Amino acid sequence: MEAATAALRRRSPWLTGLVPVVVLAAAIGLFVALDAPGLDRIGVPQEELAVERTVLRPGEIALHVRNDGADPVQVRQAIVNDGFASFTQSDREIGRLGGAEVKVRYPWIEGQNYEVMLLTSTGATIDHAIEAAVETPDADLGFYGLMALIGLYVGVIPVAIGMLWLPWIRRVDARWTRFLLAFTVGLLGFLAIEALLEGTEIAGNGPEVLGGAALVWLGAAGAYLALAGVDAWLRGRAQSGSTGEGSAPGEGQARRLGERAAFLVALGIGLHNLGEGLAIGSAYAIGSLALGAALVVGFALHNTTEGLAIVAPVARSGSARLRTLVLLGLVAGAPAVLGAWIGASAFHPSLAAVMFGIGAGAIAQVIVQIAPAIRAGDGRLLSPLATSGLLAGLAVMYATGLMVSV
Amino acid sequence: MRKLWEDKVSRRKLLGGAAATSAALPVLHELIPHQALHGGTSTAEAAVAHHRQAHRGSGHFGAVGRVDPKGNGFDPHTILRDFDEGVVRGGVREWEILAEDREIEVAPGVKYAAWTYNGRVPGPTLRAREGERLRINFVNGSKHPHTIHFHGIHRDLSDGIPGVGQGNVPPGGSTVYEFDATPFGLHLYHCHSTPLAEHIAKGLYGAFVIDPKAGRPPADELLMVMNGFDTNFDRSNEVYAVNTVAFAYMDEPIRVKRGELVRIYLVNALEFDLLNSFHIHANFFDYYPTGTRLEPRDFTDTVIQGQGERGILELRFPYTGKYMFHAHVSEFAELGWMGFFEVED
Repeated sequence: MEAATAALRRRSPWLTGLVPVVVLAAAIGLFVALDAPGLDRIGVPQEELAVERTVLRPGEIALHVRNDGADPVQVRQAIVNDGFASFTQSDREIGRLGGAEVKVRYPWIEGQNYEVMLLTSTGATIDHAIEAAVETPDADLGFYGLMALIGLYVGVIPVAIGMLWLPWIRRVDARWTRFLLAFTVGLLGFLAIEALLEGTEIAGNGPEVLGGAALVWLGAAGAYLALAGVDAWLRGRAQSGSTGEGSAPGEGQARRLGERAAFLVALGIGLHNLGEGLAIGSAYAIGSLALGAALVVGFALHNTTEGLAIVAPVARSGSARLRTLVLLGLVAGAPAVLGAWIGASAFHPSLAAVMFGIGAGAIAQVIVQIAPAIRAGDGRLLSPLATSGLLAGLAVMYATGLMVSV
Repeated sequence: MRKLWEDKVSRRKLLGGAAATSAALPVLHELIPHQALHGGTSTAEAAVAHHRQAHRGSGHFGAVGRVDPKGNGFDPHTILRDFDEGVVRGGVREWEILAEDREIEVAPGVKYAAWTYNGRVPGPTLRAREGERLRINFVNGSKHPHTIHFHGIHRDLSDGIPGVGQGNVPPGGSTVYEFDATPFGLHLYHCHSTPLAEHIAKGLYGAFVIDPKAGRPPADELLMVMNGFDTNFDRSNEVYAVNTVAFAYMDEPIRVKRGELVRIYLVNALEFDLLNSFHIHANFFDYYPTGTRLEPRDFTDTVIQGQGERGILELRFPYTGKYMFHAHVSEFAELGWMGFFEVED
């Protein structure tokens, strides 16, 4: 026996590692089979449904709901503005974590507010408010085109314009570059805070059972770690590349370092713009977006500064290739288009919360990347120049942000 | 934390909130009854056809599904004409009433943990004649203390309130209420334990009819107790009805004979809302508030009752067909308090 286990241990350490897993599975099986011996359920069922998405069609209000509680929920009646309304549902019983679509027939009128109440088998109610009802747009080609156009206006074009600061940054002296980098960090810090807050707010709208606001922080941590990994990988490649080239560590390496920083900044901003596009798209889908010049101008000003942030790291690193610049611009701006598509056609609060978290985490990683470049000659990080740059970045983003409200 | 963005307003407070609901209903009320009354036959028929389409075919209101009376153990259609005269023993009219907790279905698929008298909501309709000696043997089979408080004229010891006379009857306990049937009219009985609104709202109420000594003219007599249910315990009602089951008389109309006198004993047992009302389509009725006078106070088609108020309605249907009745608090109507009369030859 002893010899046999010793042999087993020698043969495969993995097998011994599986022992607790097997025992756990057996214990769970037994526990469930015996119906939780010794534990009696107290209290009444806790019925909770979260409304993830509302789709309005003429004469119909469709709610996509998810069971947010511990017990199955049976929707038995629907009440709209204090009147029973006929409805159909995809599932008679919604299990834990389960989703269902409840289609309520109701002659809603554009621009009015509605209160939809789902009455469950136990008499509990799930309330959902619809403000200023408007028909949910059909996700056809024209719709995707419109979303792409909005994405271009608020994401790609402003970022590209901001990148035109590159020649100017090249000419100003090194102290000014440090100021601009500090400005960039301030700007990014603002975006990170905004993403966290917005993500938390949206998460509150989704099902708590999928993680709620924790999703924002998990997304942030995940993005931070993933980008840190990518950065380490790029660094490793750059080092092996430079040793291969041997005698030219100067300009080529500096350019690569600058491009790497710029790429990370662009990626962080891109992930942030994904969230921004998402917010715009979903606002459009529920009709609460006032499409117009003010919105586009606001976003343009807000996002133009992001272009500056991208080119600041490459300013000191010799001639940047046009191809690289275009790529950087697209990485930073194009996700706004993608976000608008997702937001308008498949918006889900929990998904949006994760995306905002990812944006915030990516930005945090970028800040960590470019912060050393702010360091003054005496090694101080928060020199008067740097702090004024940081504050200026925060202030400019706050001021331009006033023009944008989704 | 959850539903951070959502505006959780329960607007079911008083009479407001109904304005935004379907505009079709009030408009039809204003137009059709008068046309049907004063117009020719063809107008009336057209109105009825239009009516039927508006109320049944639109699909904009009405619950989904039907309540099976078997599950509840009582049927709103039976309750309508079920007057309980008790048993007369040694010159005293007696009833046995048992309070019990019971889950009932108040709208299709929606269960409510009710407290009942004799297993039904409303409780049995007690009927006596003016001047008789009455005795009610009450047994409390519920898990909570209860009483029965009768409206009428009697001594304090039989008033059925906590702290006076027998006071609260504990679970498993029993008591006897004894008093004379006076004055004649339509009265109410209900539990008076505290918290009062809760004990009434959960279903402990019923109608108490005292006929005048000379009786009333023969008629097809119907009992209608207007009630509601606060299924989510927010102290406002989610479901409204007559005789407990929402839309019960929509799904299956009340059958009455054309030209026959119909007498409706109408009681408002609603809690949480200040007012309730009754409106009949295409007809008018004589109204006897509390039924304590033999002359009608009013000839009307709509009457309002406050909490605990009641009255007797008398009417005849001149035409055959389907005629709607409902609370003219339109919000209650669309939450279950509406039904049809089917008038036949």
